[in-house]
Amino acid sequence: MFYRENGQFKQTYRQDEALLPIAQDRIVMLALLVFAFVGVPFLASNYLFLSILNPFLIMALAAIGLNLLVGYCGQISIGHAAFMSVGAYAAYNLMLRVPNLSFLVALVLAGLIAALVGMLFGIPSLRIKGLYLTVATLAAQFFIDWMFARVKWFTGYQSSGSVSTPVLDLFGWQLDSPVKKYLFLLAVVTVFTLLARNLVRGHVGRAWMAIRDMDVAAEVIGIRPVYAKLTAFAVSSFYVGVAGALWGFVYLGSWEPLAFNINMSLDLLFMIIIGGMGSILGSYFGALFIVALPIVLDRVPAWVGAPLSTAMASHLASMIFGTLIVFFLIVEPHGLARLWAIGKEKLRLWPFPH
Amino acid sequence: MKRHLPIIILIAALLAGLAAPLATGASAPGFFVEVLLGGLMAGVLYSLVALGFVLIFKASGVFNFAQGAMVLFAALSVARMAEVMPLWVAALLGVGIMVLLAIVVERVVLRPLVNQEGVVLLMATLGVSYFLDGFGQSVWGSDIYEINLGLSKAPVLILRNVFQGGILINKDDVAAAVVAVLLVVALALFFQKTATGRALRAVADDHQAAQSVGIPLNRIWVIVWSVAGVVAVVAGMMWGSKLGVQFSISQVALKALPVVILGGFTSIPGAIIGGLIIGVGEKMAEVFLGPVMVRTFDLAGGGIENWFAYVLALLFLLVRPEGLFGERIIDRV
Repeated sequence: MFYRENGQFKQTYRQDEALLPIAQDRIVMLALLVFAFVGVPFLASNYLFLSILNPFLIMALAAIGLNLLVGYCGQISIGHAAFMSVGAYAAYNLMLRVPNLSFLVALVLAGLIAALVGMLFGIPSLRIKGLYLTVATLAAQFFIDWMFARVKWFTGYQSSGSVSTPVLDLFGWQLDSPVKKYLFLLAVVTVFTLLARNLVRGHVGRAWMAIRDMDVAAEVIGIRPVYAKLTAFAVSSFYVGVAGALWGFVYLGSWEPLAFNINMSLDLLFMIIIGGMGSILGSYFGALFIVALPIVLDRVPAWVGAPLSTAMASHLASMIFGTLIVFFLIVEPHGLARLWAIGKEKLRLWPFPH
Repeated sequence: MKRHLPIIILIAALLAGLAAPLATGASAPGFFVEVLLGGLMAGVLYSLVALGFVLIFKASGVFNFAQGAMVLFAALSVARMAEVMPLWVAALLGVGIMVLLAIVVERVVLRPLVNQEGVVLLMATLGVSYFLDGFGQSVWGSDIYEINLGLSKAPVLILRNVFQGGILINKDDVAAAVVAVLLVVALALFFQKTATGRALRAVADDHQAAQSVGIPLNRIWVIVWSVAGVVAVVAGMMWGSKLGVQFSISQVALKALPVVILGGFTSIPGAIIGGLIIGVGEKMAEVFLGPVMVRTFDLAGGGIENWFAYVLALLFLLVRPEGLFGERIIDRV
């Protein structure tokens, strides 16, 4: 890389266990955060916020949530959009029915409710795994979709079945412009990313990974599968529920029934496959990829001078997703995150490879 | 006896579930039988899709998520080609396309991923399914197309002297049922009586043992994906003539998943019976249970059939994960 890490000796256990043990990494990360919080709001246009950055941040949070379950604990789920909708509708009902409730409180409560629902549908994972679990999570997807579309109580007896949210007010700070929404989302996502990073380093994350790698061996060394799997489902659904509430309130503003359908679940799965299973960074890569690709496909051909029809662009996008998934599963099962790590490792020695 | 207890309970529950609408149906037996037949017909179509799943799962251990996309792709191909040529030529060409697809899938997806975990293969077929959805629709177009099997759509009244008012039944539904039966018989003959079929069964039993006696695994996979492709052509034509060829076929075909859970992943009769149970169950639930639920819980409409199959399969998984006819091979944690 363009920096050398020699001379940095770890002298205490504390230093050894640091989140970013290399000083330059810490500086880069800090600079990145400062840039994201201070620089981006001045540089980016409203369009960029609305169509890429804001959905990217929320999707990254959801992808981290799914990655905790699929990438770290090895339990596959094709129903996570349903847990997003649980978060969204829970936040909506809390805001609607509890007077003067701060959105932050509603957000956390919505996450907790989603965690409960996620644990409920995670119970089958105690008896079944792999392919069979996909059907259990599909059941969650279709049942929850139906529930929010049909049970009038959840949508506040709106005749159309769609719900709309007010402009959010955080302690007198109105979230009424794309930039403010961006800053709020960035703050939430930063906090949750940090939490996730620490969670997977600790004993909880290690228990998940042990279950993923070999469940029988994990049980033999004293990890309780029931506890590990259910916490994975709970934490994962919590993240996804929070992301769902943000998606509904901050990004969409108002949404129809079936806004969180199975295609969204599959998109989330693609994010972590392309980005990298078992990697927090990979969740960001994958989310950026899935959010940006349709927009790129929409815009680039027009610039080149051969505009695609909307339908064609979406077919092309799904073909590219499909191809990339197969490509990554074959060539690099750990996704973009692994490519990034390899690149970093190569650059570390560059230009003298010895 | 103890091992059979759960299944007895399940069958009792199913019977009770059927008995409840029967009580309602007693007042209008003709209507009840009509619903039952409608469910059976839908079930036949589910069975056709589930058959493809089971074939591939048996022979290669791959849980083929792309079966729905294959059905859509086959239906689109046949529908668009039938616009310029006779239907039977289009169908034959459709079979050819599916065989080609099988070869490509084996070369590009399965061969590099050999010996991977089931979940990885599942996700790979998810990729195949997305690719096929996009590819099919960009090549053949994404409107709603028709497949005309040359059967009259007009329903016929039968059993007029048994039930008051008779029973309405669609000719193409009957045709679908007949075709399904023929297909199963043909598959059974193929699996039991031919050398290739024997090889397929050997691979299904034990990959390594099959390979060590000289059965070429790669060719077997091509064959089994081709057979699944042929089943997809048939299922696609049936679905297409019933509902029109459109994107939703790909989603409806997801219902084949609960069907194979119910019937057992490795059982061809299981796929058929599972499909019939799911088809009848969800129609019954929709028609007889739906209004009750709407009244009790003050819902904004029915639509139970969207999730009924999945929840049934979920409950089934908790009690009897290997399905009705499957082998007990699930490793518990």
